[in-house]
Amino acid sequence: MNTVIFRTVAPFLTALMTLFSIFVLLRGHNEPGGGFIGGLIAVSAFAIYGIAYGVAGVRRALHVHPMSIAASGLLLAVASVLPSLFLGQPTMTSQWLEFSLFGTHIALSTPMFFDIGVYLVVVGAITSIALSLEERESD
Amino acid sequence: MPLSGNEATVWALLLPFAAAALGPVLTHRLKHNAAWILAVFPAFIFIHFLSYVPMVAAGQTFTVSYEWIPTFGITFSFYIDGLSTLFALLVSGIGTLVVLYAGGYLKGHTQQGIFFTYLLLFMGAMLGVVTADNMITLFVYWELTSITSFLLIGFDHLRTASRRSALQALVVTGAGGMALLAGFLLVYLASGTWQMSELLTNPDVLRSSSLYLPIFILICLGAFTKSAQFPFHFWLPNAMEAPTPVSAYLHSATMVKAGVYLLMRMQPVMGGTEIWMTVLPFFGGLTLVIGTYLGLRQTDLKLILAYTTVASLGLLVMLTGSSSPHAIQGAVLYLFAHSLFKGGLFMAAGTVDHEAGTRDIRKLGGLRHAMPITFSATVLAALSMAGLPPLFGFVAKEVLYDGLWHAHSGGIFWAFTGVVGNSMMFALAAIVAIKPFLGPKVETPKHAHEGPLMLYAGPVVLSVAGLIAGLFVASTGEWLVNPMTSAIAGHSVTKELHLIPAHINAALFLSLLTIALGSTLFYFSDQLRSFVDRTLKIIGWGPDKGFDQFINATVRLSAFVTRTVQTGDMVMYMRAAFIALIFTLYTPMIITGSWPSLSQFELVTLTEAGIIAVALVGLYAVLTAKNRVTAMVSLGISGFSVAVIYLLFGAPDLSFTQFMVETLSVVILALVMTRLNLQPSDSRSVASKLLDSSLATLTGLGFALTLMSVTQQPFDASLSEFFTAFSRTIAHGRNIVNVILVDFRGFDTIGEISVVMVTGLCVLALIRVRPVSSKNNEETTTQIKQEAKS
Repeated sequence: MNTVIFRTVAPFLTALMTLFSIFVLLRGHNEPGGGFIGGLIAVSAFAIYGIAYGVAGVRRALHVHPMSIAASGLLLAVASVLPSLFLGQPTMTSQWLEFSLFGTHIALSTPMFFDIGVYLVVVGAITSIALSLEERESD
Repeated sequence: MPLSGNEATVWALLLPFAAAALGPVLTHRLKHNAAWILAVFPAFIFIHFLSYVPMVAAGQTFTVSYEWIPTFGITFSFYIDGLSTLFALLVSGIGTLVVLYAGGYLKGHTQQGIFFTYLLLFMGAMLGVVTADNMITLFVYWELTSITSFLLIGFDHLRTASRRSALQALVVTGAGGMALLAGFLLVYLASGTWQMSELLTNPDVLRSSSLYLPIFILICLGAFTKSAQFPFHFWLPNAMEAPTPVSAYLHSATMVKAGVYLLMRMQPVMGGTEIWMTVLPFFGGLTLVIGTYLGLRQTDLKLILAYTTVASLGLLVMLTGSSSPHAIQGAVLYLFAHSLFKGGLFMAAGTVDHEAGTRDIRKLGGLRHAMPITFSATVLAALSMAGLPPLFGFVAKEVLYDGLWHAHSGGIFWAFTGVVGNSMMFALAAIVAIKPFLGPKVETPKHAHEGPLMLYAGPVVLSVAGLIAGLFVASTGEWLVNPMTSAIAGHSVTKELHLIPAHINAALFLSLLTIALGSTLFYFSDQLRSFVDRTLKIIGWGPDKGFDQFINATVRLSAFVTRTVQTGDMVMYMRAAFIALIFTLYTPMIITGSWPSLSQFELVTLTEAGIIAVALVGLYAVLTAKNRVTAMVSLGISGFSVAVIYLLFGAPDLSFTQFMVETLSVVILALVMTRLNLQPSDSRSVASKLLDSSLATLTGLGFALTLMSVTQQPFDASLSEFFTAFSRTIAHGRNIVNVILVDFRGFDTIGEISVVMVTGLCVLALIRVRPVSSKNNEETTTQIKQEAKS
């Protein structure tokens, strides 16, 4: 697998797939997609990078430990549940902030942050599993 | 009114917890002198409860209540009457002195700050126990005393003996706590109230209930374990592993009396029955005699005192169990006197240990010149313990003998038990006061001299309080003893107390008999010690040993269960999981007979048939694959066909996810395979292949049948209709699946992502475990076993 062609293509593939995973994540509310699927796509992207450049390469590229990504995702998801409490509504009542920016309609919402949290947990946890399985003591 | 009302009481009860938080901070700055500031908190509480005394003496009671779990009628509430007032005064008053004492005793200890924290946490818990009105409130505080006691006994956690004692105390009192909770639940079932105060207004509801016997047994278990009654007495002497301030406070003056407190609290509603007046005096009397008998064997000052504490608790249970107002008055007097003299004696013993370097009476002697203040305080307290005039203990002993003598049934027998126990107690009091201080000077490990103010303040104040309470016993009786007696008896008791017996009666003779017997026992104390030693060697087994056997048996049982269930054989795990699945899938269909009907099936279209054919090809490839990697990749073929089927039936999200999951599982499985040193091909025998394939077929068939029968049920579309109708309007999303995941059922998703997260962590940990470390594990286990044995 470790051919020149693969090693050359892998970074581009990874970048594209990561971008695509974010696209799938964000469009999830209205079209097929969402945090879980997006997360899985991103994990595949890292897997491809890992096959080409090894675990150490992925770890360098991620900067932080994948488990930290998962943990921050869980934190974000839980935090997105709380704002409704301060407004005296039941927990998890979704909050929406819609506005126009340079003519584009933008809708920010707590479910969106929740979904980003899901995405990060999936990315972090499964990447962590895959990387630690792939890792060898010799690495 | 008490100082600024009942709300102030709640603040006062929470005060120790605030002080606990301050402990380490203050100690960091002020070293041991932080004790002076920390002692202000319990002193304030003491003064606060003192302000209740006149009103409580006039027969008033107070309740204060906050809602806690309204659905179940559970409140956070407190009840102040004669019983709780005296207890609260003892807890806070002795607590003040103990905090000061701990300041001197642990001076220079690196962990002194955290010690203050534990001690003050305990104080808060104990105050809660004795003032709680709601039974659940009481239970929570009760458990908190067990936990803080665990922390305090195990304070010196680097020593095995400390850890063992702490665990033992926690197991025994914790188990009793569970029984108590069950007892309270039954009380609620029988009476319909959680409030002690309401229970007291309806005193016959429990006695007439059919649940009386189970309630009685459970409450007794709770009280007997906490108050170290035979056969649960063994944890208390072992708890002497704790630093002396803890022994003085928890394991003599306060916590161990929580069980007695509970029995006294329940006396008006549960006492007076045949079983109450038989079981309590029996176990109490037994504990009294056994406790003092075992005490005679000891040479360690703290252990002598610990066994006399066990005995005193037995005496209190015996008196409470007699249910007569007179005996109860004796119990109250004795409890009060005991807290004063025993707290003082423990602190004095600790001071001797601290200054002379040993607590062994055989290595101590002639300390009276070196430690005159400690000596005087010890003598004063020991006189009270021995029950000699004019000290408070004397009055207590007179009244309790009188109460026992006039008990409803078996008065002479109980009085005789009391004399036997008390005379041994007299001998032990004499040993504690005389052996270390009188006689020729013995060379001690440290050059003995008087301790600092912090160390002798406690013993002096407590023993002098015992003297004053005795000299002015009429006032003590009127303000403190009689209100408490009334609360326990359930009706007003106004018997005047006199220091000098008003007339010659049986009690006076019993006292004289006690003194005569006790002096004789003291004279022969050395011979007695070896005699008791010999008898115990002949018996050879005790509950203390039994506890170790119990713990060892538990460890062995869990090791056995683990070995049996966790064989480490993956094939066995999979078989077990599949067999369980088969049971779950088929049982409902067999029991209800709801097999799917096969006639309702529409024919599949050509496209669908094509995809199914691809899936079957994948399956064939899996079954005939030469090596494992090929099999895994082939499995992916079936998985992708399933994903295509999802797509055909209009579930793009599901299909999408299926694609990703299939891809990633092949990747991860391949990674796992590279880590396991497996043979490349399957090497199962024909028989096990047959078994496994039939299990797999049965499971697959079971899933198919279940799905078929589910789809043949009439479909209730109200949920899908709801989601279709409101997904856009309420949740602003057109993708219903996603809206359900992140909004409608978002709470489920939180649970799921937490599981994903934890799974990730577990896998990470599992991969880090190397074969080498499993050997380490075995070493640790054997180490623990060895420690438990020793």
